[in-house]
Amino acid sequence: MKRILCALLAVLMLMAFAACGANGDTDTTTGAANADLAEVKVGFIFLHDENSTYDKNFMDAAVAACEEMGVEYAQKTQIPESTECTDAAIELIEVDGCNVIFADSFGHESFLMEAAKEYPDVQFCHATGTQAHTAGLDNFHNAFASIYEGRYLAGVAAGMKLNEMIEAGDITAEEAKMGYVGAFTFAEVMSGYTSFYLGAKSVCPTVTMDVKFTGSWYDETLEKEAALALINGGCVLISQHADSMGAPTACESKGVPNVSYNGSTVAACPNTFIVSSRIDWAPYFKHMIECVQTGKAIETDWTGTIETGSVVLTDVNEKAAAAGTVEKIEEVKAQILDGTIKVFDTANFTVKGEALTSYLADVDTDEAFTPDTEVIKDGIFEESSLRSAPYFDLRIDGITLLDENYG
Amino acid sequence: MSKTKTVHKREPLFHLVKRDDMKWWQAWLVRIAAIVVALLLVGFISMLLTKESFFTIYETMYRGVFGKLETGSTVMLWKYLQKTAILLGLSLAVTPAFKMKFWNCGAEGQALVGGLASMICMIELGDVLPYPALILVILLSSVVAGAIWGVIPAIFKAQYNTNETLFTLMMNYVATQIVKYYLYIEGGGSNKINPVAEGNLPMIGDNKYALNVIIILVITILMYIYLNYSKHGYEITVVGESQNTARYVGINVKKVIIRTMIVSGALCGLVGMLLVAGTDHSIDTNTVGGQGFTAIMVSWLGQFNPFIMVLMSALVIFLNLGSAKVADNCGLNSSFADIAVGIVILFVVGCEFFIRYSIKFHHTKKEARV
Repeated sequence: MKRILCALLAVLMLMAFAACGANGDTDTTTGAANADLAEVKVGFIFLHDENSTYDKNFMDAAVAACEEMGVEYAQKTQIPESTECTDAAIELIEVDGCNVIFADSFGHESFLMEAAKEYPDVQFCHATGTQAHTAGLDNFHNAFASIYEGRYLAGVAAGMKLNEMIEAGDITAEEAKMGYVGAFTFAEVMSGYTSFYLGAKSVCPTVTMDVKFTGSWYDETLEKEAALALINGGCVLISQHADSMGAPTACESKGVPNVSYNGSTVAACPNTFIVSSRIDWAPYFKHMIECVQTGKAIETDWTGTIETGSVVLTDVNEKAAAAGTVEKIEEVKAQILDGTIKVFDTANFTVKGEALTSYLADVDTDEAFTPDTEVIKDGIFEESSLRSAPYFDLRIDGITLLDENYG
Repeated sequence: MSKTKTVHKREPLFHLVKRDDMKWWQAWLVRIAAIVVALLLVGFISMLLTKESFFTIYETMYRGVFGKLETGSTVMLWKYLQKTAILLGLSLAVTPAFKMKFWNCGAEGQALVGGLASMICMIELGDVLPYPALILVILLSSVVAGAIWGVIPAIFKAQYNTNETLFTLMMNYVATQIVKYYLYIEGGGSNKINPVAEGNLPMIGDNKYALNVIIILVITILMYIYLNYSKHGYEITVVGESQNTARYVGINVKKVIIRTMIVSGALCGLVGMLLVAGTDHSIDTNTVGGQGFTAIMVSWLGQFNPFIMVLMSALVIFLNLGSAKVADNCGLNSSFADIAVGIVILFVVGCEFFIRYSIKFHHTKKEARV
């Protein structure tokens, strides 16, 4: 018994000693607070953790924005799209004292809105959501970015690569077929692959594309299998809209060029990575913080663009990309900025062989996806202008859906 | 040295002796000490991982569980009580079965089908029935659904002596898939059911957790009486000790097995209703969130005593929420919470061993030497 007591005491003393040595400061505050500005503490809710490229993109931007603005923040990771999201928001408010809450996943939306109803003094911002403009809650806001413009630019890089392969005699012009691994057959993904395809088509007119869906935002095995199936089906270039490294690594193992998403995958795929488009959320986070600091209302729908710095492309990997890609991207980017290029110009695509003059899209979200709003104005499909989240869900000619997955 | 060496066969270093001499308060002292040491160890490990001070870790844990009580905000406290009540409810539900040595590993699925029954009533009958009738229908359907899910493996066990552990476990997967399918047909492409306003259990004031907590407390007392002072409870104990004895004294073993699993499943179904109609107002495959499995452990840790189970579920949930907060605040992976709970449970289970057995070391015996 004595010996046990001695051992216990020794452990306790060791702990106490270590406690004295440790640094007690846990504040994440940086920078000096300005007296005129309201105090802000941001609470972030993430679907997964840093192992998902999608969440990592948000997490990096969150740290960057909060440090630049000198505000405190707290975060919760691995929050599923259920009442756990409501609970997480309440915890961030009640325990950590956050007065702005941000959630990063589409499915968080209705559960975040539950918390928004309970805390009218706290601002709630939600990425990729669709309900803010019809919810009638003053403190609930949606945000997205015109990522279709980024994907169009990435598509241009893909088209250049195809042209290079045609010129080198590796493939004929008719064999210029791309593959695309998508998560779900939803507007967000459809808008993405269509803009990517249109970007490629703008430089390589004979291009076609096959699309496969995995039914998950993050499933490394499924994404890898889908990419390999597309490659076996004759696709000579792959891009993806899903969050794991499945498709990029499949491409690297097969030596097939890859246009990535969410951020550069050049470290894992040095021989096949061409370029990646991504949304930089830091501009939105800064805007959101600034609004709360100065007491301004946050927009119900906020759409980041190339201009706001929200839509960005990573560095082009010269080893895999075609010569002149960097210059061409800059040229097209300038044309998008000055309005000479509209990504979803109805002159550039057909549906069942015909050009569109009118289309009703499901802008005001409902469970049946009822088309409710005219979205074609002056020959342009007005993506992300009536609400921030994409609603382009047309199936245009040249793209073949090998399967469909609605979850 | 070699000259004095013993010639007889080498004995093992130590052997175990069953002990009966430990008094109840000594046993409890050991248990409390084990929990304290485990908590200190959790703090110590977090400290090493996070470079925070020892006391900051516990303060963060406390904050994560209770929030800012000093400002009069009780939201987090109520959430803590709610989570504890749900875990306790499931632990109580599996206890009669365990006491009978029927390994009901299906609390997760039984609660989930109970919740699903609530959800279906809320959606389909929400605007058809008047409120009191609706609540009654929700209650009945959840309890019946849970009972059915529990009684199927019991019937097979009683009639064909199938393995109930595997059977109940498999029923969990079936329940999960049925919920998944329901989400698919009801969720309209999003595979999610947005919170439903109809058929929510009444709130006490503006508190949606209080009713759940009260119901579970009442069940705790009822379960204690049922297990210790009722004829059913006695039969369960006898069947658990020896089925042959039970048969000899004229207990219908098959009947007891089936009846007990109906009680067990029905209670799980009720907990499912408290989750869905009481707090979540929605359902997904993760609504029970593994608590059905944790409940197995709580029931064992509580030694089938409902009142000790109250403490055990309170402890497990405290650690879960508290260490999750430490992980969030200090940038640790969210698996840290599981590790913390694992450490404490290892200690609690481990100390039972030392309460039941003592270790006798073999000291070199002088008289054995030649």
